[in-house]
Amino acid sequence: MGGDQGRTGEGSLSNMANQPKSSTANRRWRWFTNHMASGLAVLSTILVIAPLVAIFIDLVYKGASSLNLNFFTKIPAPVGEEGGGMANAIVGSAVLLGVASMLGIPVGIAAGIYLSEYGRGSKLSTVVRFTADVLNGVPSIVMGVAVYALIVVPTKGYSALAGGVALGIMMIPTVARTTEEMLLMVPHSIREAALGLGVPNWRSMISITLKTAMPGVITGCMLAFARVAGETAPLIFTAFGNQFWSTALNQPIAALPLQIYVYALSPYDEWHRLAWAGSLVLIVLIVVSVSLVRYVTTRGVLKGAS
Amino acid sequence: MGVSIEVNHLNAWYGANHTLQDITLHIPANEATALIGPSGCGKSTFVRCLNRMHETNPIAKVTGEVKVGGQDIYSETSAVEVRRRIGMVFQRPNPFPTMSIYDNVASGLRLNGFRNRRVLDEVVERSLKSSALWDEVKDELKKKSGASLSGGQQQRLCIARALAVDPEVLLMDEPASALDPVSTAKIEDLIFQLKVQYTIVIVTHNMQQAARVAERTGFFLNGRLVEFDSTHKIFTNPGDKRTEDYITGRFG
Amino acid sequence: MNLRIQEPRAPKAPDAAAPAGGLVPVAVPSPPPASAIRTFLRERGNSRVADATFRWLMLLCALSIFAIVALIANELVVNSKLTLAKFGMKFFVGSAWDPVNENFGALPFIYGTLVSSIVSLVLAVPLAVGVAVFLTEMCPQALRGILSFLTELLAAIPSVVYGLWAIFVLVPLLRVYVDPVLIKLLGWTGLFMQPDFGIGMFAAGVILAIMILPIISSLTREVMTAVPHTQREAVLALGATRWEMIRMGVLRNARIGIVGSIILGLGRALGETMAVAMVIGSSPTISRSLLAPAATMASVIANEFAEASDDTYRSALIEIGLALFLVTIVVNILARLLVWAVTRGAPARAA
Repeated sequence: MGGDQGRTGEGSLSNMANQPKSSTANRRWRWFTNHMASGLAVLSTILVIAPLVAIFIDLVYKGASSLNLNFFTKIPAPVGEEGGGMANAIVGSAVLLGVASMLGIPVGIAAGIYLSEYGRGSKLSTVVRFTADVLNGVPSIVMGVAVYALIVVPTKGYSALAGGVALGIMMIPTVARTTEEMLLMVPHSIREAALGLGVPNWRSMISITLKTAMPGVITGCMLAFARVAGETAPLIFTAFGNQFWSTALNQPIAALPLQIYVYALSPYDEWHRLAWAGSLVLIVLIVVSVSLVRYVTTRGVLKGAS
Repeated sequence: MGVSIEVNHLNAWYGANHTLQDITLHIPANEATALIGPSGCGKSTFVRCLNRMHETNPIAKVTGEVKVGGQDIYSETSAVEVRRRIGMVFQRPNPFPTMSIYDNVASGLRLNGFRNRRVLDEVVERSLKSSALWDEVKDELKKKSGASLSGGQQQRLCIARALAVDPEVLLMDEPASALDPVSTAKIEDLIFQLKVQYTIVIVTHNMQQAARVAERTGFFLNGRLVEFDSTHKIFTNPGDKRTEDYITGRFG
Repeated sequence: MNLRIQEPRAPKAPDAAAPAGGLVPVAVPSPPPASAIRTFLRERGNSRVADATFRWLMLLCALSIFAIVALIANELVVNSKLTLAKFGMKFFVGSAWDPVNENFGALPFIYGTLVSSIVSLVLAVPLAVGVAVFLTEMCPQALRGILSFLTELLAAIPSVVYGLWAIFVLVPLLRVYVDPVLIKLLGWTGLFMQPDFGIGMFAAGVILAIMILPIISSLTREVMTAVPHTQREAVLALGATRWEMIRMGVLRNARIGIVGSIILGLGRALGETMAVAMVIGSSPTISRSLLAPAATMASVIANEFAEASDDTYRSALIEIGLALFLVTIVVNILARLLVWAVTRGAPARAA
């Protein structure tokens, strides 16, 4: 690769030096490609940002007009009736995310602790790390099918528990990897200080290492949370959705993204409006957590720890 | 009161690297013992073997016998228990960044499950006074983070933290190497006061420091203990040519 | 020489801190009675059991990641046994999808998945590389933060919101403005033909492109910044223009990583479900025109699973899930290996 590159470079140089005639044309060509490339790079950036801006404008424009108190307090109105809201879906999402967090966060953090504190450099941890990345790449719809087979079939019914488990499993790799990365940023001297005091290993990991890395670990949890908060595919045949109030773990439960999906495909304008409003709420939730995450990570997570 | 330390045929490795070779020496109680030598000579590894910190590195290995107050710390007890009896101060100040000054000093007790608030208050005050930091921080004990102190103050905070668990031995691994001269002088004063109560082992690359604070001095070279004698003898009439070369600055 | 003796400051008898009545003499080698603190610490156990338990617990959680992947694979295999046994390999080459007569062939969905992913890559890759070049090599520092934040946001928008936006904004836009132009210009290829409903393979490809852009561009950016500065300087020192420097010094060195990031984007596109399911038109047919409705492996599961009441139908859908699972795993492993080789594999091996 290096030799190849050297040759190309020399070629253009000798062109310039030895062949004065073609040199102007060459220079012009190089000038042209240089500016052309720059222009294309700028253009593609604009093309990438455009849909994002469009999505946000549409969300705010179409969503905000349907956002009112009813949206947050009422359950969906029957077809053809005006009004109604997504209160049950919001609460349902909260329940699902609660179950998911109770599974995904402790297991993820513990796995992260193992990777950074015990398995550093070992073969096992490399494999676990790799598996986590693979799990991260498993399509969410496949996760839904697997949890359907794992929980819905044996318990003979769609349930909030099944939906929460599906989301929780999806949180684990993200939480584990960010926890690991954050723990690795804790200076070794801090761990030594704790061990030097005769503090037991487990205590030092929880009260010193993990506590020092806490802002970063919370960031990772929020990232995972925000990611699964918008997941729809794994809920279709686990949580299933529910038009009525329900918070029972063994019953089908409504969820914001699921409701958006159903309403978006419905033929009713009223429901389309609700779908936009629901999307706006979801996006605000996600944007807030992503911004917070970014704020925390750029402002020096472990200030004073070095 | 401090206790004496007896080291017999101590060998230590980092991976395939034989960093300590057959060290035997006797460190008396309630004295300061300095360990000098060029960097990489094994003096730091040696103190880390005295409280079993050496083995926290997964590739590290150690053989031989270390008796602290008559008890073999490698065969008759556990690493955690040994470290509670032997305090350690590290080369760079390493206060816990998330904790206040008070919490830093109390950490050794609290993290080991000590809950009595009244005793904790006393211990924190006593330890900070012993490390000559009390007057500078007494008004902001619970408000100020340990990491917000100056380097010299942080190091004295770390000494207070080590003293709070009332150890019998205090190991100091180049405690002043990262500090300015004023802070260094304060730390040396401290060592004088502390050896009344504790057995102190101090690693230093600064020979004047060794001469100032220690009753006894050991000279390490290439993983071996070349000479161990009274500080006076080492610095005025060393028994080994290599020691003489080192203290007169001919190498290292 | 050093016998400067100082008065110890505060009187610090070892038992000064003894709480009332808490002093128990213990058998320690040092003759004076131990302080309350020493006594307390001596009586604490060595916490060997707690440490071992903690370690095992953490290990268990780390291994659970394995277990989960294994469990998913197992559930998928067990629950698709019916069609695995009935159709065998024919399942993946048969193009008939007829739930009523229990005749299942997954070819239309495999075709749909492949084609929609290819369309999305064709659209996304040049743009993503362009953005990465702009962000790493040309962009002013102040703008870089904002732009990379925006691309991060793009990655955080839920699939279902993309789907919603696609149905109500993108699809009408394509139908009215884009598709007629494509039909006129590229109609001769047979790829863009009437009838055009707006929804269909092309709409799915476009929304997929928008969704995988952030992944490809952020990873490309990562591998581009990993190219050592000396490489750029070497090329610049030869008198190269900025573009030549980027092409020869940066892109050439980062190409393996860029391919890795593209494959990672492909992995995401293959499994992407909701947005695709909402705009692709859900039709188990293979047609040459990209404007015709189609279905992908993921979208058919999403759209039909809930209504699949009999066992064979359900087994067929789960088998599609199994195939999707295996394909995405292979694609992801491939991509990770490539990205790792560039960003961290090399220095780690040298260290």
